[in-house]
Amino acid sequence: MIIAKIKPLEEIKTMLKDFRRVLNVGCAGCTAVCLAGGQREVDIMNTKLSLLFKEEGKLLEIEGFTVERQCEPQFLAELDSLVEEYEAVLSMACGAGVQFLAERFPETKVFPAVNTTFVGVNRDIGWYEERCQCCGECVLGITGGICPVTMCAKMLFNGPCGGAQDGHCEVDKNIPCAWVNIYKRLKAQGRLEQILTVFPAREWKNQVQGRLVLEEYQERYLNQIKEVMTR
Amino acid sequence: MIKSGSNLEKILNKGIFAVTGELGPPRGADINAIREKAKHLKGMVDAVNITDNQTAVVRMASWAASLIALQEGLEPNYQMVCRDRNRIAMQSDILGAYTLGIRNILCLSGDHPVFGDHPFTRKVFDIDSMQLIAMVKKMRDEGKFLNGEEITHPPRMFIGAAANPFGDPHEFRVLRLAKKIAAGADFIQTQSIYNMKRFREWLNQANDMGLTEKVYILAGVTPMKSLGMARYMQKNVPGMDVPDEVIKRLEGVEKKKQAAEGIKMCCEQIEELKTMKGVAGVHLMAIEWEHRVPEIVEQAKLLPRPNPQDLD
Repeated sequence: MIIAKIKPLEEIKTMLKDFRRVLNVGCAGCTAVCLAGGQREVDIMNTKLSLLFKEEGKLLEIEGFTVERQCEPQFLAELDSLVEEYEAVLSMACGAGVQFLAERFPETKVFPAVNTTFVGVNRDIGWYEERCQCCGECVLGITGGICPVTMCAKMLFNGPCGGAQDGHCEVDKNIPCAWVNIYKRLKAQGRLEQILTVFPAREWKNQVQGRLVLEEYQERYLNQIKEVMTR
Repeated sequence: MIKSGSNLEKILNKGIFAVTGELGPPRGADINAIREKAKHLKGMVDAVNITDNQTAVVRMASWAASLIALQEGLEPNYQMVCRDRNRIAMQSDILGAYTLGIRNILCLSGDHPVFGDHPFTRKVFDIDSMQLIAMVKKMRDEGKFLNGEEITHPPRMFIGAAANPFGDPHEFRVLRLAKKIAAGADFIQTQSIYNMKRFREWLNQANDMGLTEKVYILAGVTPMKSLGMARYMQKNVPGMDVPDEVIKRLEGVEKKKQAAEGIKMCCEQIEELKTMKGVAGVHLMAIEWEHRVPEIVEQAKLLPRPNPQDLD
């Protein structure tokens, strides 16, 4: 899932300083799971911001509304009659959600409340780790289920580099060396030969904005795609 | 078959024990800083590595400093790292460097930006050092760019790569050396060696696998300037293996004599390396100590160096 972290309160305060009526939109998807932007965080954020503005003698009328997911149009539709009552909208979704919201309400000033940090896993409550950089061409089958693009600081395809020592990465003793782990896992599984040949320079498939329309849906969306493109 | 015609290539092909040095470009636009360092190295080494923004700290471009070295009568070994440029910039720089007379290239991944002076720069690592080696070879031997298109006048570089016999996992280091050779490395410069036992094990593995028949290995040595430096390298330099004996020996001499002792240790080591099967030369990394190189090569009985004119 997508992992996000709440922005510093001061930064959010600065973004909202010229507004009195603000709608804070939460997201019950990824950012709720990583405790950054669900209903609970919306409530806490609103209380904190109200207090902060009050301390400075300003009135902030901030209200919350959490949708199921800000990255889906049918859930954003719930906001259609609501948004115009406010001067600005704060979004606690990931960058994708914020943009989809802003796209739906182009007249509205939309601000992000979180920094979207990575695609990762939920190790435990409040503990998240990056696992994928969406490079567009997965090599996990060759590297024993450990991603060299994400887990190796130098994104090496032919590691480990000379800096690996005692099993950790040279950039941080608390980070395991991805390639030492790849080596160990492949060796244990009896498929070390997968990394004994040179892995050639790869084509990075994420160099333009991604759009995926499944083949079986292409006809269905033909006209709609053109309309979205020229919007 | 001559690949690049570089001085270093000719010396290694003739079986002469080669000596390469190192010159770090300045953190400014001072041509004299390079000339001053070059002056100490001329006639003392067969080629000199010109580092590429080492430790991820901004310095004069390695191709530019390589050209200055060339003007000063030193053959450059142009270092290129994967950290700062993509495949377009790399191939472009290789064309430029070759056109202006650079004939040796050392292909490296590069230190991660977090170690340097711009830790929040955007790292590149479009390709890795292994893929860079293969790319330079493809440019030379197939006359093609990485995308397969023809190069009208291909650059013919003598291709170098680094190897660290001391990194993790130990048993994989020689296999990774084999990969670099398969990718196209003509010569290898190793990490600075202090743990001779471990180096010997790695070299024996390389000999057993027939790798030293396919590539020239230049053993890396760095004289310790002081006990402080030795302790720092033991604790803080990634991939460096400094055994306690080295520290103990430097502890045994008074501070003023530690530099001389460091040089003595380095020379003893070179003497030992000369006798080892599979070692084709030494790579002397006297870090910010270029002016001491003449006495080191003298004391290590590496002089005189062959005259480039006599090699043809």
